[in-house]
Amino acid sequence: MNIVEKLAGLIRDTSSSLPPDVEAAIRKSFRGEARGSSASVVLGTILDNVRLARKLGSPLCQDTGTLAFYVDAALRRKVSPVVVKKAVALATARGYLRKNCIDSVTGKSYDDNCADGAPVIHYVDWQKPGCVTLVMKGGGSENMSRQYSLPDASLAAGRDLAGVRKCILDAVRKAQGFGCAPGILGVCIGGDRATAYEVAKEQLLRPLGAAGASKDATLRRLEKEILKDANSLGIGPMGLGGKTTLLGVRIAARPRVPASFFVTVAYMCWACRRGEVCVLAV
Amino acid sequence: MKELRYPFDERQVRALKAGDSVSISGIVHTGRDKFHKFFADGGKIPVDFHDGALYHCGPVCVKRKDGWAVVSAGPTTSVRENPYEPAFIKSSGVRIIIGKGGMDDATLAAMKKCGCVYVQAVGGAGALYAASVKKVAGVDLLDKFGAAEACWHFEVEGFRGVVAMDARGNSLFDKVASAADARLKEIL
Repeated sequence: MNIVEKLAGLIRDTSSSLPPDVEAAIRKSFRGEARGSSASVVLGTILDNVRLARKLGSPLCQDTGTLAFYVDAALRRKVSPVVVKKAVALATARGYLRKNCIDSVTGKSYDDNCADGAPVIHYVDWQKPGCVTLVMKGGGSENMSRQYSLPDASLAAGRDLAGVRKCILDAVRKAQGFGCAPGILGVCIGGDRATAYEVAKEQLLRPLGAAGASKDATLRRLEKEILKDANSLGIGPMGLGGKTTLLGVRIAARPRVPASFFVTVAYMCWACRRGEVCVLAV
Repeated sequence: MKELRYPFDERQVRALKAGDSVSISGIVHTGRDKFHKFFADGGKIPVDFHDGALYHCGPVCVKRKDGWAVVSAGPTTSVRENPYEPAFIKSSGVRIIIGKGGMDDATLAAMKKCGCVYVQAVGGAGALYAASVKKVAGVDLLDKFGAAEACWHFEVEGFRGVVAMDARGNSLFDKVASAADARLKEIL
């Protein structure tokens, strides 16, 4: 199989199948909600949808999102932007992806989902050798991502971890009904504005559960605490009430300059589509 | 689960309460951003919405030999239609609006006045909602708006959702938001 076909397969599988850790977390939440409640109806519908999409190989959400590829930097030639674009065009022609790429100036659609800057391709040195990871993030969740600058008077949030916590919980509250809860948060404490958004989004690559928890004890504690706090708000699946508001929280920190203190939250919906493929053997 | 079937009866719709789970069957028309702008600019709405349902949805549809097939058809965010929806409700007689995230107070007031409810569909459940579409009865404004924004006419069976805003002026979103705000005060 050539690389274009392999990447097209990655797009199909990522679009139609939730990662096992995310599905397991939704299943666990479903069991925890009262039978017949809105939360239970919503989570049951989500689980039915996940099963059906996987069976049919069709997009589990019609917003097939922004495609972000994280490519092992050693594959820069083999998995070049030209190759990735060919795979995206092929996947679009086959109906794995919606025509989802709009020229921001003319308003016209790029019908193969390819343009300057689309899809997004990162060549990174932390990727597993020979591997490519794809994250598909829909607009509903992307619109709920936020960046705060501490101190934030409106939240009475100062330049400490208590202030950070206030910002993150504010993002959860503001996503009610819009972000397609239960969501997953990728957070970056510090950094500059642009890289903080990148780093926050990269945290969504970490699996849910103990395997993906922060290696830093302080951040690990904060991840746990915010998950518990957010789920005590009663926002629930799709913001209709319930115990499950978030499935997970993943936090990283970056150094900052003395004058800046950003808290950046990448909100991911329950349809956390990430997939990985190894192309070394190709 | 309350069963609703097209044409949607005003009395039955007015009797629904925020929080009710519903299953919708019959004809549902899609309309999102371009559709609403078109309406507001005086464009002619191609179908009769009286006692009907409007779905905020931009589906993935593919053309097959025997006609259109729906691949994925979950809801899109409804707030973008807030500026247009009260006028649309009043002029069209629509009974059910299906979408995601809820709508504003002006829309809630129009729903109360005219006898219309807002049903929250499950965001992201595109494959399942596509499977509830038994037939694509037709499409309008396809060339003008493109496939994701066109006005599709879906025959659905057992389309699941939760009444989030009823015709009595209640919004489940507001109720949940107030409780969340109270809890935030406690823990911060």
